[in-house]
Amino acid sequence: MSTFIEKQTVISGAGQSDIGRRLFRDPLELTLDACLAAIADAGLTTKDIDGVATYPGPMSIPPGFSGAGVVDVQDALRLELGWWSGGIEAPGQLGSVINACLAVAAGLATHVLCFRSVYEGSAQGTKGRASTMPGSGGGGSFRASGFMEWTLPFAAPSAAPWIALMAQRHFHEFGTTREQLGQIPLNARKNAALNPKAIYTDPMTMDDYLNVRMVSTPLSLYDCDVPCDGATAVIVSHVDTVADLAKPPIHVEAVGTALRGRPSWDQFDDLTTMANRDASAQLWGRTDLTPADVDLAEMYDGFSFIALTWLEAMGFCGHGEAGPFLEGGTNIARDSGVLPLNTHGGQLSAGRLHGYGFLHEACTQLWGEGGPRQVAGDPEVGVACAGGGPLAGALLLTTHR
Amino acid sequence: MADSPAPTADLPFRILPALTDLNREFWTAGTRGELRFLRCNACGYYNHPPTAVCPVCHSKDLAPSTVSGRATLHTYTINHQAWMPGPELPYVIGIVDIPEQADLRLTTNIVNCAHDDLVIGMPMRVTFEIHADGEDVIAIPLFEPDRTSA
Repeated sequence: MSTFIEKQTVISGAGQSDIGRRLFRDPLELTLDACLAAIADAGLTTKDIDGVATYPGPMSIPPGFSGAGVVDVQDALRLELGWWSGGIEAPGQLGSVINACLAVAAGLATHVLCFRSVYEGSAQGTKGRASTMPGSGGGGSFRASGFMEWTLPFAAPSAAPWIALMAQRHFHEFGTTREQLGQIPLNARKNAALNPKAIYTDPMTMDDYLNVRMVSTPLSLYDCDVPCDGATAVIVSHVDTVADLAKPPIHVEAVGTALRGRPSWDQFDDLTTMANRDASAQLWGRTDLTPADVDLAEMYDGFSFIALTWLEAMGFCGHGEAGPFLEGGTNIARDSGVLPLNTHGGQLSAGRLHGYGFLHEACTQLWGEGGPRQVAGDPEVGVACAGGGPLAGALLLTTHR
Repeated sequence: MADSPAPTADLPFRILPALTDLNREFWTAGTRGELRFLRCNACGYYNHPPTAVCPVCHSKDLAPSTVSGRATLHTYTINHQAWMPGPELPYVIGIVDIPEQADLRLTTNIVNCAHDDLVIGMPMRVTFEIHADGEDVIAIPLFEPDRTSA
């Protein structure tokens, strides 16, 4: 299995800016806070950074979706780069980190700074989610095109109803219940209480979950993540540099990037799963490890149902079996579960850092830096999974090889 | 109503699609009461959303083809969130299977059906909501229970 070139790469450092519901801070400043923290965490300086990767690159719409692009950071830190890449066409948000692994393994760079920066909380301000919807400011002349052509005319502009349609189909085929799905937000909230950077930390009960207002059946408000401001960064380094690093490296054991079904939220071949089905299968084909070896899972929960499909896709339970797996919440509990899940509170309670938060938390746990929320038993193997619908990218991480 | 279809009464606000040579028949054939998809003349594949080259056999010989208008409900959601101006809340967004081809689906709104009566797998049929905008008359394909179905 040593031929897979991601094994030549490690995560050498991680950093995060302040995180808040609405910070009203300059988004590039937040980005640089995270980047400089990650560089220092790795024991490196800006002189050592010779690659930069980000997702999605500069975007003005939707508001606050991207706090900085590669060239903003390159110029702000006066970096000299052998390789760089930013863009939204990738296997999910962590596709940018996987790109960095490939660039390092290919010799185009040695230490790649990877970042994701958002300020959706501040950008939406008091105008609410409706202000971010396509055409919301366009008056009567706006016409829908691209994928939105097939959803906007039916007043379905958000991923909430798109994911709700999938969840309802899963409920129908497998008997999955809201009480089972609700274990994901309940677990996230419980973990968030131990994360000083989390957005929502008040205790949540199953009654709270079942009685909060519906958004799009079967998804309620607590099945949807929370927009926030904040930036996250990690450093991908070549394994040959580990002697120069400040911390023990976290090895990239395997990655998954596959997209085999139609790249669409409604035309995908099986709406009870997602592109993560194929990305996950690919990942397990690149390692001798198995799901039974994994000590913790940080899985994208932009909507709770996406995390449910990641659990199935990654093989922690069978397809259609996530409902029983989640029943009662014990399997995913941080303190006693077979698979501690979203130990920082996920995007549901710790804020939509958009994919990178899961990788940051997986590294935090594998470095044993989780503080009050540290998973016991010195976890050695973790997964970071990001993306929903047609977007999916995953990394299998280990503390030793 | 073939020549000058009357806009549907009491229309909800809808964002209308930008018409192109590829999608025009899909979005306007409903003014004649027809649901049409771009179909490959070489291999018979319904190509939706429409593209100029058949994804199966790569032929460029495609033309709009009328289907029955029947469907089955693949999944649905009752939407309670006011994302944008639109139908009265709560409204139903559904995905329907078009029986003429195994992988032919549409996202749509389910209308004329009590929410308690929604059942995945139920037979549906198309109904059109006609919108006039500038020079365009656009027929939005919605689906309702097909109570004539056996």
